Amino acid sequence: MADRKIDDATGVETTGHEWDGIRELDNPLPRWWLWIWYACIAFSIGYWVLMPAWPGLNGYTKGLLNKSDRAEVGQELKALEAHRGEGAAMLRTASLEQIEKDPKLQAYAQQVGQSVFGDNCATCHGIGGTGSKGYANLRDDVWLWGGKLEDIQYTITHGIRSGAEGARVSQMPAYGRDEMLQPKQIDDLTEYVVNLSRRPADAGAVARAAPLFEAQCSACHGPQGQGNQQLGAPNLTDADWLFGSDRASIRGQIYAGNGGVMPAWSGRLSPETIKALSVYIHSNAGGQ
Amino acid sequence: MPTLIDNTAPKPDTRSAVSAAERAKGKGDAKGGLYKPRQPIYPKLVHGKWRMVKWALLIATLSVYYITPWIRWGRPEGFPQQAALVDFTGRRFYFFDIQLWPQEVYVFTGVLIAAALALFLTTALFGRLWCGYACPQTVWTDLYIVVERLFEGDRNARMRLDAAPLSFDKIWRKTGKHLTWLGIAFGTGGAWIFYFHDAPTLIRTFWIGQAPATAYVSCALLTATTYIFAGWMREQVCTYMCPWPRIQGAMLDQHSLQVTYLRERGEPRGAHKKGQSWEGRGDCIDCRQCVVVCPMGIDIRDGSQLECINCGLCVDACDDILGKLGRPTGLIAYDTDAAVAARSCGQKAVYKPVRSRTVYYAVALALVGGLTLWSLITRPKADLHVIRDRNPTFVRMHDGAVRDGYTLKITNRTFAERRFDVTFDGVSGARLSQPGQTAQRVTLIVPADQVVSARVFVTAPADADLAGSVPARFIAKSGDIITESKTVFLSGAANPQ
Repeated sequence: MADRKIDDATGVETTGHEWDGIRELDNPLPRWWLWIWYACIAFSIGYWVLMPAWPGLNGYTKGLLNKSDRAEVGQELKALEAHRGEGAAMLRTASLEQIEKDPKLQAYAQQVGQSVFGDNCATCHGIGGTGSKGYANLRDDVWLWGGKLEDIQYTITHGIRSGAEGARVSQMPAYGRDEMLQPKQIDDLTEYVVNLSRRPADAGAVARAAPLFEAQCSACHGPQGQGNQQLGAPNLTDADWLFGSDRASIRGQIYAGNGGVMPAWSGRLSPETIKALSVYIHSNAGGQ
Repeated sequence: MPTLIDNTAPKPDTRSAVSAAERAKGKGDAKGGLYKPRQPIYPKLVHGKWRMVKWALLIATLSVYYITPWIRWGRPEGFPQQAALVDFTGRRFYFFDIQLWPQEVYVFTGVLIAAALALFLTTALFGRLWCGYACPQTVWTDLYIVVERLFEGDRNARMRLDAAPLSFDKIWRKTGKHLTWLGIAFGTGGAWIFYFHDAPTLIRTFWIGQAPATAYVSCALLTATTYIFAGWMREQVCTYMCPWPRIQGAMLDQHSLQVTYLRERGEPRGAHKKGQSWEGRGDCIDCRQCVVVCPMGIDIRDGSQLECINCGLCVDACDDILGKLGRPTGLIAYDTDAAVAARSCGQKAVYKPVRSRTVYYAVALALVGGLTLWSLITRPKADLHVIRDRNPTFVRMHDGAVRDGYTLKITNRTFAERRFDVTFDGVSGARLSQPGQTAQRVTLIVPADQVVSARVFVTAPADADLAGSVPARFIAKSGDIITESKTVFLSGAANPQ
C-alpha cells in the first residue's frame, strides 16, 4: 500500500495514490449506500429463488414463480392470435366489396394480404407481385382469367392447372412439338402475332398466316386476337406478354404451347386469408 | 476559477454543530471505516429577506405543481378538457392552446436545451440560484423542515428530543411528523399522475381501484422517493447523488455571484462584549448562526464549497446578528471573487454581469428559444407525406401507359374533420385513381386530429413524353390549408414499343 497521509486542509486520510502531485481524499461512503448494496444482495437472492437463474447439467433452476421470457412470449403469441381472431371474424362476415370499400377493413386486409403474399406467392410472382417470364404480373391491368375480386378469389382458391377440383384449365396446343404445323407456318404466325400488337412485321408472312390464325388460333384468342378471359386465352394485341414479347419467345410459345401451373390454396390458406389476399392483389393492381 | 476549498484559512471546527448531535445519538466516531453514518443536521429557522424569497418561491412553485393539472381548457367535443395533459394513450401532448404530436417531440428537445442554457446562464451570473431556491429537492426539503418544526420544534428542541429517551411525547411527535411527511409525499405522487390523465376522472377512479396500474405504481414510486429524499436524505441527495455540483464549477467564474464570507472584514473573529471596541478585530463574533441555519451543514466561512447551494440563509442569519450588534450588514453576502479580490487591493469592486461567457449563454439561449418558438408558431396545420412504391417502381399497362403507386399520409392537426382534394403536378395528362374506387378525383376525408393513409395511383398515358424519372409533387388542399410534398414519377426507360 502506498503511504496514506492525513490531508492538512480537510483532516481526511488520503488514498495514498498520487497523480501529478494530486492526492485523492479517502472519504468514507455514506452508510445508506451500504444499505442499498445489502438490499441489492438480498434482492438477488430472492430473485434466484423466484426466477429461472442457475444453469445445471440437465437444464436450469425453474424458479418458484414459474415465470420466464419464453412463457411470456407464448402468452403474448396467444394474445396475438386472439387479437387476430377479431380481424378474421370481420373478414369472414364481410363481402369482398365491403372489405374493399371500408377503409379500416381494407387497411387490415392489406396488412394480412401483404404478409401472406410474401410467404406464399412471392416465390413465383415476386415480392412486389410484378411476376416474371411465365409468371403473371399481378400489378398491371391485364388479367388472363379476369381481374374482378371474385375472379381473383376463385383463381387463388382453385389454382390454375393445379389438378384440383374447379381449377382453371386451358391448354394451348404445342403446334411445333406435336408437328401440327410446319416450321414455316410457325414463322408466319409469329410475324402475324407481332403485327397484331402493332409492331412492324413482314407483310407477306402476315398475309400468308391470316387464314392459319383464323383456323387455328381465333377460336380461343378471338378473330382480332383480343383474347378470352373465360378460357384464359391472352390478349395478343396489348403490351403485356406472359412468355415474352420478342419474336423468339412468341415463336417458342406457338411451338410448345406453354402453360404455367398455380397451386390451389384452398387447403393451405383459410377462406379469410384468401379474401384478404384477393383484396390485396385487387387493390394493388388498381382493381377491375 | 474560484477556489472551492480555501486551504489558507485556519482549520475551524466545522463539525462541532453536528458532533453535538452525534454525541446525543450516542454514535461513535464518524471518521474511519469504509462507511459513514449520516451526520444529522438541525437547521435553525431564520428570518430575513432571502428567507422571504424562499418562502415566496416555495409557495409559487408548489402551487404551480399542484394546481396546473386542475386547470380546465375549452377544446372541441371529444378532446381533453385539461389545460396541461400528457396523453400517452392518445399519443398527444396538450398545453393550453398548444397540441403536440409525438413526431413534434423536437419542441421538447428545444425547450430542454433552452432550459439547460438558462441554467448555465443563471449559474454564470448568480451561482447556484437554482439549487438554493427552485430545485424540487430544495423546495420539498424546505417543506418537510417546516413540518418537522411543527412537530418537534426548532433546532435546540429537536436536538434535545433526539437525545431524549423514548417517551410518549417523543413517539407521537416522531409519528406525527413521519405521517405528515408521508401524506405530503403521497400528495406529490398523486399530483404527478394527474398530468397524465384527466384529473377529475382519475381522482375518482384512483380511490375505487379503477385507475390504471401505472397510476398506482407512479404514485407509489413518487411517494417513496419524496419521503426518502426530502425526509431522510436531504443534503445527501445534493452532495452525493446530484451531478450538478460537479458540473457547475465549469459555469462559474470569478464574476459569478456566490454566497461569500468577507474574510477581510470578518477576521480575526472572536467573542465580543457589549461596549467593547471594534478596533483591531473583525466583525465576526463567531456566533455560528451561519452554521446552524445552513441546510447543507457547512460553514460558509471556510470559503465557497461544493456543498453550498447558494440559498442565502446564512446571509439572513448573519445580517440579523450584525443588526443587533449595530454593525453594517453584509459580512456574508452574495458577492463575487473578483469583487473580494478588488476590495482587498483597495480598488472599487465592480459587478460585471456582461462577460464573454454570459454573452455566449444568452445568445445561445436566444437562438434555441427563438428557433423553438418559431418552429412551434409556424407549424403547419396539416402535413402531406408521400411514400413512393419501391417494388415495383412502376407498372406498364396493357395499352403502354405507365402507372406509379404512392402511399399518401395526410395529417390533420385541426380539431375539425377536413376534406382534402389531392392533385398531382408533374406529368401532363396523368390521371389519379384510388384502388377499388371508381371516382376520377382523389378526395381524402381526414377526421379531426388524425392521420389518414391512402394508396393513390398515377397513370401517365402511353404517349406521354417521359424521361426515366420526372420530378413531381402531390398537393393536398382543404380550404385555406394547402400542403404539398415532392416526389418523382418513374417510368423506367423509354417506352419499349
